[in-house]
Amino acid sequence: MYEWPILSVVTFLPLVGALLIVLMIRGDDEVAKRNARWVALWATLVTFVISLLLLVGFDASNPDFQFTEYQPWLGDVAAYRMGVDGISLPFIVLTTLLMPMCILASWESIQHRVKEYMICFLVLETLMIGTFAALDLLQFYFFFEGGLIPMFLIIGIWGGKRRIYATFKFFLYTLAGSVLMMLAIMAMYWQAGTTDITQLLTFNFPSGMQHWLWLAFFASFAVKMPMWPVHTWLPDAHVEAPTAGSVILAGILLKMGGYGLLRFSLPMFPEASAYFAPFVFTLSVIAIVYTSLVALMQEDMKKLIAYSSVAHMGYVTMGIFTLTQEGIQGAVFQMVSHGFVSGALFLCVGVVYDRMHTREISAYGGLVFRMPIYATLFMVFTMANVGLPGTSGFIGEFLTLLATFGRNTWVAFFATTGVILSAAYALWLYRRIIFGPLEKDSLKGLGDVNAREMASLVPLLFFTILFGVWPQPILDACNVAVNAIVARADIAVGAVKAAALVLP
Amino acid sequence: MHQAIVFLPLVGFLIAGLFGRLIGARASELVTTGLLMISAFFAWIVFFQTAFGGHDGTVELFTWMASGKLDVTWAIRVDTLTAVMLILVTTVSSLVHLYSMGYMHEDPSRPRFFAYLSLFTFAMLMLVTSDNLVQLFFGWEGVGLASYLLIGFWYDKPSACAAAMKAFIVNRVGDFGFALGIFAVYLMTGSVAFEQVFAAAPSLMDKNILFLGHEWHAPTVICLLLFIGAMGKSAQLGLHTWLPDAMEGPTPVSALIHAATMVTAGVFMVARLSPLFELSDTALNVVLFVGASTAFFAATVGCVQNDIKRVIAYSTCSQLGYMFVALGTGAYSVGVFHLLTHGFFKALLFLAAGSVIHAMHHEQDMRHMGGLWRKIPFTYATMMIGGLALTGFPFTAGYFSKDAIIETAFVSHSPAATYAWVMTVAAAALTAFYTWRQMFMTFHGKTRADHHTFDHAHESPLTMLIPLGVLSLGALFAGMILYPYFVGHDVDHFFRESIFMASDNKILEEMHHIPGWAKWAPTVMMALGFAVAYWMYIANTAVPKALAKQNDVLYRFLLNKWYFDELYDFLFVRPTMWLGRFLWKQGDMRVIDGYGPNGVSARVIDVTNRVVRLQTGYLYHYAFVMLVGVAALITWFMFGGAH
Repeated sequence: MYEWPILSVVTFLPLVGALLIVLMIRGDDEVAKRNARWVALWATLVTFVISLLLLVGFDASNPDFQFTEYQPWLGDVAAYRMGVDGISLPFIVLTTLLMPMCILASWESIQHRVKEYMICFLVLETLMIGTFAALDLLQFYFFFEGGLIPMFLIIGIWGGKRRIYATFKFFLYTLAGSVLMMLAIMAMYWQAGTTDITQLLTFNFPSGMQHWLWLAFFASFAVKMPMWPVHTWLPDAHVEAPTAGSVILAGILLKMGGYGLLRFSLPMFPEASAYFAPFVFTLSVIAIVYTSLVALMQEDMKKLIAYSSVAHMGYVTMGIFTLTQEGIQGAVFQMVSHGFVSGALFLCVGVVYDRMHTREISAYGGLVFRMPIYATLFMVFTMANVGLPGTSGFIGEFLTLLATFGRNTWVAFFATTGVILSAAYALWLYRRIIFGPLEKDSLKGLGDVNAREMASLVPLLFFTILFGVWPQPILDACNVAVNAIVARADIAVGAVKAAALVLP
Repeated sequence: MHQAIVFLPLVGFLIAGLFGRLIGARASELVTTGLLMISAFFAWIVFFQTAFGGHDGTVELFTWMASGKLDVTWAIRVDTLTAVMLILVTTVSSLVHLYSMGYMHEDPSRPRFFAYLSLFTFAMLMLVTSDNLVQLFFGWEGVGLASYLLIGFWYDKPSACAAAMKAFIVNRVGDFGFALGIFAVYLMTGSVAFEQVFAAAPSLMDKNILFLGHEWHAPTVICLLLFIGAMGKSAQLGLHTWLPDAMEGPTPVSALIHAATMVTAGVFMVARLSPLFELSDTALNVVLFVGASTAFFAATVGCVQNDIKRVIAYSTCSQLGYMFVALGTGAYSVGVFHLLTHGFFKALLFLAAGSVIHAMHHEQDMRHMGGLWRKIPFTYATMMIGGLALTGFPFTAGYFSKDAIIETAFVSHSPAATYAWVMTVAAAALTAFYTWRQMFMTFHGKTRADHHTFDHAHESPLTMLIPLGVLSLGALFAGMILYPYFVGHDVDHFFRESIFMASDNKILEEMHHIPGWAKWAPTVMMALGFAVAYWMYIANTAVPKALAKQNDVLYRFLLNKWYFDELYDFLFVRPTMWLGRFLWKQGDMRVIDGYGPNGVSARVIDVTNRVVRLQTGYLYHYAFVMLVGVAALITWFMFGGAH
């Protein structure tokens, strides 16, 4: 499409920004801080604008990977391969969209080690985009695991009081999963003789091996999602992370798990995916009901939203493993929509945290009297979180539940109770923070959202509503790619059924 | 024109909502009200074109979502059933907008109020014009949102916030069933669009669906799930608890949302889905049973309430039960008839009550009223008209529609028919009793209000009186004029395909041949209710207190609304909270974290501590261990490795 390697440019441009900060900015005075912020903002903004060219050039009806790049690297073991399809493209654009907002959200709240902070974020952006754009297993692994390090630093250095505990929990969980994935990648290389994802997508692994590979990959992705019962790192990480860290964590990092399932588990191990689907359904339903109940009782705003994220990711895994067009498209949409909505909710928490320096729900009440615009924005995002039709939160939930009902009514039945529970915890949170009389003296001097905060919240509001009434751009983009996955899964399911018929 | 009807209120919402503070309260009021009146004007034109001119039609806007076989379109479908709803919604809504200009005159956040009202109207119009289940669901939840926002309009009152939340969450319980119903429809017919679903409906008759581990009759499961949604929105017994609390909202809201339009969405839904409900006798029997029970239950509670709005709220609940009785017998058009007439006279009653409240400086307790008819004669007259229509006084609107419902219950062949007839007739007596009790306590006798309030009681401004007058006309004449089209001989010609009745469903014919005593039973009951109310609240005012004292248990049972709130609190709210806390503290923190990361790291520290103890630092200890190792290795090679 383009003469120049657009994917590499989008991926490594933030890294260039980071280098600029390293090389150009000296000292730790106000000027240096300001320069670091502006460089980071411009780097992320330019990256976003260039990533829009991807949307322009993308051909939704083409089933192949697009904008592909190839450079030999480690001989025939691994190479530098890049490319996107309809599943990865929305996530890349989501990443580039959220990044400038994160930089803006950190504008005033981060005051020490600003330079290092911005470097961390820019490196993180490169690694995240790389994860979605990589078409080589080893390269994917490098980006996927590499993303841990800047996040580890962001929480560990700029986090709250219990940040060390949170970072180690985060790191241990994710590392445990990734060790298994590394082993699986090696096994796949020995079996298939290549780490090229495009070739692996059509390679048929023997079915016994598929089960083990599937489990190894699943261990890593389940932790990332996170799925019950390996979710407990998420609330702690969110609570301790600075606002922008939470936005990235909920908005992008969680989606890597779902992306991984779609890119690897389903197309490469279709038989195992069909075999393990009931297992994933069980975990997903438990996640939805269990974490919604837990969210209901939280006393910390961020923890509540973190638990609600786990519940929403439950819809994603459930939708993916229906192995149907509606379910998987719904899951992709749910991930993108959750990126906007949870990102916006964490930004909303950040807005009041910056003013009050507490996340205790009981410290608030009656904010609507001081912050009417904030109350309106928060209301829209709360409703999107609840899955109100007309907001983007509805589409994903609806499609995944619709597809699940066709697979198993028990699963759909319990998962649908999530719509009641999500209303309960979200509205209760809203009531305790925004409504009620304004009685606490500490709240009486609060100012409404300022222009900088509006600059990140209003676009998210726009997309939340736009994709709620017109989700077709995202659904169309991933239609062909999802179709290919479903077709492969159908063949595998057919094979399993045929085997079952032969056996007795 | 169809687009204009639906989207003008949205425009009004956006203008008042986004720029309300910029253009000021007065401009916001005028813009929203003006746009709604235009919308109402168009709606009447469309009504005549559709219902009498026979112009059905669907305007497709654009695709909402398409995935796999699923294809959902934003569309505006207008047939007679929709047209009836259109005139009801836009007329009542524009009158309520007008009324609110007077009623909310002193409120500082009027732009917000009018924006919400218009938002509600938009969502309601999307609901009634949808041509598929998902857009219906959009409108369904949209009106729920507007209702939540309007109940909680005075958000500094904790009781209003609680009521708003309760309304939304209880409705979500209904939506849970509705959503499952949509999924089941899609599973069985492969579509959610009405055209395709209705076309495929006859083939469902002998199909089964595997639901929760059992094979069930498919239409029965689908209809019952969808009916759960209708129960939530229309406040039927079991899911009714939110409606009385919703009276925390401003009175115009109660009139528009919680009497005339939103709460009737469930009735509309069942009528709209008549091709599905006609397939399942079981589902219709359930509808009949629930409707009859609600009609009776709510009427009993209405008899002891002291808040002027709550009496009307329970009355609404009860009248919705009546509508479901009609639907349950298969007489869909009769249910819709009552929906329409009830929309007019119940909105009238609420607005008149609002006028009383306005006159009394926001006093709502009827025990502090009385003797008001001299002070506010116009309000008194209109409320009297509304009350007469509600009780079914001959030749008012309620007389035609409510009595028709009782007749359908009488002639129905359903196993629940006798029960339904007894319940509805009994409820008719109770309706007359509580309505007259309310009239007498508010307007007659000696005043119990304090001097100051009573002396300053004044008739409302013109903006509030005009809507009362218009609605009074509806409450008086709507029944008489429309009877032939909804109950009489023109039903088929009027509704055409918008309501489906199976070929063996002859209820509309049979109900014209019922014995005279059954026909007059409701009217006799009405007179009885009036007589008792007169005796207790005018002739001998000591009676109510004595009765309450004598039947203390019964009185308390009724006053506490059959203890539904307490029961639900005990059964659902507390266990849910307990479970949430338990899963958090015990599940997440103790088990998962305790045996997971924290446990593992604790073990690691344990082990390293022990390993540390092994490292004594004495050379001969290490030498000894090495020697043992070498010996063991040699032994293994000599004996183990030889094989």
